[in-house]
Amino acid sequence: MEDMILYDRLQFAFTITFHYIFPQLTMGLSLIIVFFKWNYLRSKVEKYNDAAKFFMKIFAINFTMGVVTGIPMEFQFGTNWAKFSELTGGIIGQTLAMEGLSSFFLESSFLVLFIFGEKLMGQKLHFLTAFLVFLGSWASGWFILATNAWMQHPVGYEILDNGKFVLTNFSALFTNPWLLPAFLHNQAASVVTSSFVVASIGAFYILKNKNTEFGKLFLKTGVIFGLISSILVAFPTGDMNAKNVVKYQPAAFAAMEGIFETEDAGSEIILIGQPNMVEKKLDNKIAVPNILSFLTYQEWDRQIMGMDKFEEAELPDNIPLLYYAYHIMVGLGTIFIGVMVLAAFFLWRKKLYAMNALLWTIMFMAPFPYIANITGWYVAELGRQPYLVYGLLRTSEGVSPTVSSGNTLFTLLGFVGLYTLLGLLFVLLVGKTINEGPKSLNH
Amino acid sequence: MELFWFIIIGLILTMFFILDGYDFGAGIIHLFFAKKEKDKEVITKSAGLFWDSNEVWLVAAGGLLFMAFPTFYASVFSGFYLPLIIVLWLIVFRAIGLEFRGHFKYQMWKAIWDKSFGVSSLLLALFFGIALGNIVRGVNLGGVEDGISIYEGHYFFLPLWSSSFSPLSTHPGVIDWFTLIIGFISVVTLAIHGANWVILKTNASINEKLKKVVFKLNLVLLVLTIISLVGWNIIVPESFRNFTVRPYLIIFPIIYLIGLIGLFFRSKMKKDFTAFMCSTLLILGGITSSLASMFPVILPSTNSVNEHLTIYNTTTSQYGLSVALSWGIVGLILLGVYFIVQRRLMKGKIDDMDYGH
Ligand code: HDD
Ligand code: HEM
Ligand code: HEM
Repeated sequence: MEDMILYDRLQFAFTITFHYIFPQLTMGLSLIIVFFKWNYLRSKVEKYNDAAKFFMKIFAINFTMGVVTGIPMEFQFGTNWAKFSELTGGIIGQTLAMEGLSSFFLESSFLVLFIFGEKLMGQKLHFLTAFLVFLGSWASGWFILATNAWMQHPVGYEILDNGKFVLTNFSALFTNPWLLPAFLHNQAASVVTSSFVVASIGAFYILKNKNTEFGKLFLKTGVIFGLISSILVAFPTGDMNAKNVVKYQPAAFAAMEGIFETEDAGSEIILIGQPNMVEKKLDNKIAVPNILSFLTYQEWDRQIMGMDKFEEAELPDNIPLLYYAYHIMVGLGTIFIGVMVLAAFFLWRKKLYAMNALLWTIMFMAPFPYIANITGWYVAELGRQPYLVYGLLRTSEGVSPTVSSGNTLFTLLGFVGLYTLLGLLFVLLVGKTINEGPKSLNH
Repeated sequence: MELFWFIIIGLILTMFFILDGYDFGAGIIHLFFAKKEKDKEVITKSAGLFWDSNEVWLVAAGGLLFMAFPTFYASVFSGFYLPLIIVLWLIVFRAIGLEFRGHFKYQMWKAIWDKSFGVSSLLLALFFGIALGNIVRGVNLGGVEDGISIYEGHYFFLPLWSSSFSPLSTHPGVIDWFTLIIGFISVVTLAIHGANWVILKTNASINEKLKKVVFKLNLVLLVLTIISLVGWNIIVPESFRNFTVRPYLIIFPIIYLIGLIGLFFRSKMKKDFTAFMCSTLLILGGITSSLASMFPVILPSTNSVNEHLTIYNTTTSQYGLSVALSWGIVGLILLGVYFIVQRRLMKGKIDDMDYGH
């Protein structure tokens, strides 16, 4: 039984982590593509259209990956978390089905048209298809986050005698106080990813002295989008999320921040330190007093509950990972703002294209927003432990009663193998597209 | 309410098999008949342009099933764990086969993805048929041994196959001779459907030949259908009762028959679209007849301890079902609009289109 849950959790964690690599680029990049296409419609400068089509090529490869790794996600609720599905399907099935019915159809119907339909449809309609693809992908994010928000902070439900959750208030699913901050933060974060990718490709072209005209366009666009979104991610949206966690999941917050003992007055903010689970304290910490209380409540000496205030069974079960994930996300977020402010400054002073050191930095920054996004989700999902539906349904109560651990281990290994192959193909194909560059479009 | 959602989900699922069915079929045709590079390319394209928007019907059906019949979703998805995960893997191979084939010009690269697309289409068609066979045959709900359930009454777990290979044994597996026959029916039906699609949408050089192939496959289908009906009557003795109690349900088998008979006249048909409609009727009739024969049961229990799963004992609250109605209708209308717009814009033969790509 124990290792059964372990394998189920590992499989879910592995497959969702892999899946989430792709949608974050889908959502952010679709916005930037709309931007390029829009500029083309306005200015009729061919460069913008080529840029849009070039990124659509990368987008298409990415999208395929998102789809093929997304379908296993939907199935896994039933295959590995049958008890959870049985009990809560009446509620989260609503949002998941809305996603399937509306946004996926929108995206997949119009993506083909965007890719193949330019001559068929003319420029205005072509812009419209790009816009609809963008709309579809953001709507996907909205419905998925509504699903996740319900698991983090359940609303509008009633529990029947047989343990089933049934819906009593549909609109509550979308007015859930958890949803809007999470959505805005998550979308801003996906724009961060795509801005860094776009800027990184731009920096690559400039450094390689190839397609430099496009290089400059990409870099400029990436930096502008990147600056705005990096700031939005931290403030106000990251801040809003943190406030939600303190309010609704105080135990998770204590673990994220690494507060083992409740302080009498204001809480210090921990910059660095290693959680020591045996002695229940942070080793080698560097901290600044009272800042955390101020950041969360705008009061310097407001008390924040530490982990000592909660029963063992209410605390997340992997505190060190949760703590590190949170600090990596926030640390990277700060670095992103730093890099983008610097780049924007030199862009404004018209020096950026010649600053090799900064260009190299930007080029190699591209993987880090992915890490930040994924650790962000680890924060959310590990913080929710030991519950599947916060406070109501424990993770151990949600697994499929009939699937043995051997089967799950087998399929987990299968997914690892298959996804390794997919990852390699993805890198190969995107690398090839970048190498060929936007020029090759006009063969 | 349950009945309404049952019908909607049934229709969406049927739509999925009709639409994705032709690209599965195209895969099978591609695997066995396409020899020239030009044909291979255009057949892959005739599937490649549509598979994604077709597959969303599956995602939609899955989501709605989850919402409307959570107990059924949980039971079936965990019970058929292994075959489902294998289906997922096949879906992945099929999709990347279609999408990645064109990225390099090397012969070997193309050959790999061609096989990936063809073989996984074939196996998927087989597995979908086997799945239908399992649903019709029923499973050992509750995992009953000597009259005692080892799980809750609505759960089960099936191995891929059992030693006896017989649907009548107390522990049937996913694959037995009966489900295998249904699997073959599915392969043949989808191959016919795919052939009709290829003829309709492309100028492939094998189109004339495919028309004859359709005729031959149709003969095979007729034989298989008869065998399956006999087999089915042995396994589920009261299998035809629904049709006598509710005689109007006969319409579904009739739809199937029209399709089947129609296809024997394939070579005489003036319009390729008519033939495509015939194989559409075949799929429509086949699935709806199976569902109608069981109604309101959706998963029979093969033991007498635990009751069948029906649309009534696997559902959620009436409130949930009725709010879902409000957005469901909007969703379905939108879906219809997207579908029509997309098809209008992409009408005609694939190889005549000008992509500007
Ligand atoms: C580029 C990625 C990225 C960056 C730089 C940040 N985040 Fe984040 N964060 C995410 C990407 C992300 C995410 C992946 O989008 C999450 C996971 C769930 C969600 O809704 O957003 C998330 C979740 C998340 C949560 C957890 C909510 C929960 O438990 O459900 C908190 C408290 C924060 N963020 C706060 C911050 C703060 C204060 C940041 C300061 C710089 C920050 N994030 C930067
Ligand atoms: C709407 C979106 C999501 C839903 C509904 C969801 C739901 C779930 C479920 C059901 C589990 C398994 C049970 C558990 O261990 O708690 C889980 C675990 C997990 N998810 Fe999510 N998830 C979502 C998004 C994500 C994303 C995008 C990521 C990461 C990139 C992620 C990371 C994880 C991890 C790491 C676990 C394992 C946690 C553990 O076992 O302790 N999740 N999630
Ligand atoms: C456990 C949770 C999740 C499930 C069940 C799931 C399910 C799916 C499915 C079935 C697809 C393919 C749809 C198609 O056929 O077109 C997909 C793609 C997608 N998913 Fe997920 N997903 C999950 C997590 C997430 C998260 C956390 C996000 C973002 C916030 C997300 C955003 C998207 C987007 C934007 C797409 C379409 C674009 C793409 O494929 O790259 N998904 N997902």
